[in-house]
Amino acid sequence: MSAIQISALTKVFSGRRGEVQALGGVDLSLADREFVSVVGASGCGKSTLLSIVAGLTQPTSGTVTMDGVAVTGPGRDRGVVFQTYTLFPWLTALGNVEFGLSQEPLSRTERRARAMDELRLVGLAEFADRYPNELSGGMKQRVAIARSLAYRPGVLLMDEPFGALDALTRTLMQELLTTIWEEHRLTVLFITHDIDEAVFVSDRVLVMTNRPGRIKEEIPVDLPRPRTPAMASSAEFRDLHERVLASIRDEAMAVMNTVQH
Amino acid sequence: MSAGPGLSPRSGRIRLPLITLASFGVVLALWLWWSAHPTSNGFPPTPGRSVGRVLWEARRGQLWADLGASTSRILIGFVISAVMALPLGLVAGRTKVGQAAIVPFTEFVRYMPVTAFLAFSIILFGLDEGQKWFLIWMGTFWQLVLMVADDAKRVPNELVDAGRTMGLSDAAILRRIVLRAAAPKLWDSHRLALGWAWTWVVLAEQVNPKHGLGYAIDLGRKFNAYDKILGYLLVLGVVGLVTDQVLRMLGRRLFQHEQLAR
Repeated sequence: MSAIQISALTKVFSGRRGEVQALGGVDLSLADREFVSVVGASGCGKSTLLSIVAGLTQPTSGTVTMDGVAVTGPGRDRGVVFQTYTLFPWLTALGNVEFGLSQEPLSRTERRARAMDELRLVGLAEFADRYPNELSGGMKQRVAIARSLAYRPGVLLMDEPFGALDALTRTLMQELLTTIWEEHRLTVLFITHDIDEAVFVSDRVLVMTNRPGRIKEEIPVDLPRPRTPAMASSAEFRDLHERVLASIRDEAMAVMNTVQH
Repeated sequence: MSAGPGLSPRSGRIRLPLITLASFGVVLALWLWWSAHPTSNGFPPTPGRSVGRVLWEARRGQLWADLGASTSRILIGFVISAVMALPLGLVAGRTKVGQAAIVPFTEFVRYMPVTAFLAFSIILFGLDEGQKWFLIWMGTFWQLVLMVADDAKRVPNELVDAGRTMGLSDAAILRRIVLRAAAPKLWDSHRLALGWAWTWVVLAEQVNPKHGLGYAIDLGRKFNAYDKILGYLLVLGVVGLVTDQVLRMLGRRLFQHEQLAR
C-alpha cells in the first residue's frame, strides 16, 4: 500500500523582496498504484509541491501523509527523479544504480545483480559500464529512474523528468515510463507542463492555478492501458488534451498579463 | 565570426609550446646579455656558472640532501595541513553553523603574513623540524580551509538532494557525495597550496637547518655565492613546475569522467 494524502498544504517563501506564497492550500490524494500528473503554468508551485512530498522542503502549514504516517523528511519509501541530471559523474551507470542500493542489506553480488536488472528494465544493460558524460540526456534519465526504482519505493515522484529532452526522445521516454509503471504498479506523482505528456502517462490529470498554487480542476483519463503512441491521435485523446488546455489556458494568460505590465 | 585572434581557443595547437619556450628564451637571453656585459663584474653570474654550480652540488651529493630535506618537510607540513583543513572546509562549505564558526575567523588569520610568525614558531616549536612544519602549515592551512569550503559549496545541490532522497545521513552525504563530487576541484586546490608550501619551506629553513634548499640559498647569501643562489632557485623552479605538471596530468586521469559531465 502506498497512498498519499495531502491536506491544506501551503508554502510561503520569505526572501529579501518580501514573501512569496507558492502554495495556497493544496488538497489532493493519490490512491495506491495510481498515476497522477500535476500540470500548471511555470511558476505555479508544482515543483514546490513535489519537493514537499519528497520531504526535501518543509511546508508552511498543512500535512502530507503516506499510508497514514506524516512525511517529515526524505525517505526510501519515495523515489525521486529530478529534471536536472543528478547522476554521480564519478560512477558508471551501474555504479549509480548500485549507489541507491548501498543501504540495502545485500551482498556485493546481489547488489550488482539487482542494479543490472534495473538497468535492463530501462533498456540500458549494454551501457552499464558507461559514465554519465558518455550517455545522452535520455539515457541519463533512464539511469536515474533505474536508480530510484532499485530500492523499491512505493511512490515515485517525478519533477519534469523529461523537460530537458528533445521531442522524439520525450515520447519514447513516456512510453518507457508507462511500460515500467504497468509492470511495477507503483504510485506515481508526475509534474509536467506538457499537456500531451500528462494525458499520455496518467490516470488522472490535475491542473494547478497560478501562484499561490491550488488544485483547480481534476480530469480523469480513461484511456485503456497499455498506452500506445497510436492513442495520441485518437479523438478521445484530443478531447482530453482540449479540456486540460482550456483549464490551463486561463492561468497561463493571467501569467502573461502580469509579466507584461 | 571569430573572437579576437589571441582570444580564440583555436589559435594554433602547435605554436603554443613554442610560445612557452620563447618566454623562457627571452629571460634567458636577458640574463646572458646582462651577465656578459662589460660592467657586470661577476654579478650576476652567468647561467652557465649557475647551472655548473648546481651540477657540482649534485655530484658531491649536497643537492640531493638539500632536496630531500626540503621535500620531506613540505610533505609532512602539507599533509598535516591538508588533513586538518579537509573536514573543517567541508563543514564550513556545507553547513551554516560551520560557515559562521570557521570562515570569518579563517579569513581573519589568512591576512597575517607567515613571515611574522617566524619568531613565534621558534618559541613554540624550538629549532628543529617541528618549527619548519609549523611554518608550512601556517602558510597553507588557512588558505586550504577556505578553498575546500568553496569547493564544497560548489557541489550542485541536486546531487545532495538525490542523496537525501536515497535516505543517506548527513555524514554520509558529506563523505560519499560532497567530498567525492568536489574531488576534482579539491585536487586542484591542493595542487595550488602545495606550490605555496615551496615558498614557505625556504623561509622555514632560515632557522637552524642542517640541509634544505632554503638553507643552501641562505648560505649562498652569507658567502656571496650568487651562482649557488641562482642555481638553487633554478632547481626550485624546475621541481615546482615538474610537480605541478605531473599532478595536473594525474588529476586529468583520475577525474577523466568528470571534466565534461554536467
